Amino acid sequence: MLLAPALLVSAVLFTFGVAGVLIRRNAIVIFMCVELMLNAVNLTFVALAQQLGVAGQIFVFFVMAVAAAEAAVGLAILLAIFRHRQTLNLQNINLLKG
Amino acid sequence: MTPTLIVFWAFAALAIWSAGLCITRRNPVSSALWLVVTLFALAGLFVLLDAQFIAVLQVLVYAGAIMVLFLFVIMLLNIGRATRSDIKGAWGLGVGVLLAGLMMVQLLALRFGAPPPQLTLPPGAMARAAAEQGMVAAVARPLFSTYLVPFEITSMLLLAALVGAVVLAKRKL
Repeated sequence: MLLAPALLVSAVLFTFGVAGVLIRRNAIVIFMCVELMLNAVNLTFVALAQQLGVAGQIFVFFVMAVAAAEAAVGLAILLAIFRHRQTLNLQNINLLKG
Repeated sequence: MTPTLIVFWAFAALAIWSAGLCITRRNPVSSALWLVVTLFALAGLFVLLDAQFIAVLQVLVYAGAIMVLFLFVIMLLNIGRATRSDIKGAWGLGVGVLLAGLMMVQLLALRFGAPPPQLTLPPGAMARAAAEQGMVAAVARPLFSTYLVPFEITSMLLLAALVGAVVLAKRKL
């Protein structure tokens, strides 16, 4: 059975996504790391669908639809931020910092 | 080691290696391209896990549509030539890697759990269902019957995202 190896790979990929979000400063790269985390979770869903029925694969379908919507809106927000501040470095976007 | 397992680990190693490169490359364009490699490797893993239709969707939607959107925005903003690294300094890097490591320990503990035996299907059930009904129909039938309401709500979500993206990205309405 491939369940345990798939969960291992998924855990490692999710960790890489978390690490990417924590160590990078470029907003677009952070956004790509979020996509990486979504894909790690998709792998978990597909691996468990092998034993628990097709519902896991249908959830992956929904995750993909939400990821597409999120990418469209998120990138539009990044475009708007870049137009205002001429940067995507999160160090320079600190309006909420007291 | 069966041939399936060898192919599985080959794709898994490719996915992990390219994910590592994706989060460490300085240039956002190379980060995006390494993420595409990860997505392709994950599509390979999906095929091995009896989810051929999802694998095709992964290549079409993720590697095809979403990553092209990312590359378009990177090139539109002209941030492709990073002169200095945007990776945090020693302090931020240490804390980030430490927290991610803790997360990995927790996730790896989950690996030893197994789904309850009352719920599990016999081995090869998904492959048999795909062989009997066809790869697409095995996913599409429940999608359009049991999960019809979530499916319709997804269409509303996509419409809202479409309108939202146009409103946000337009200079002046």
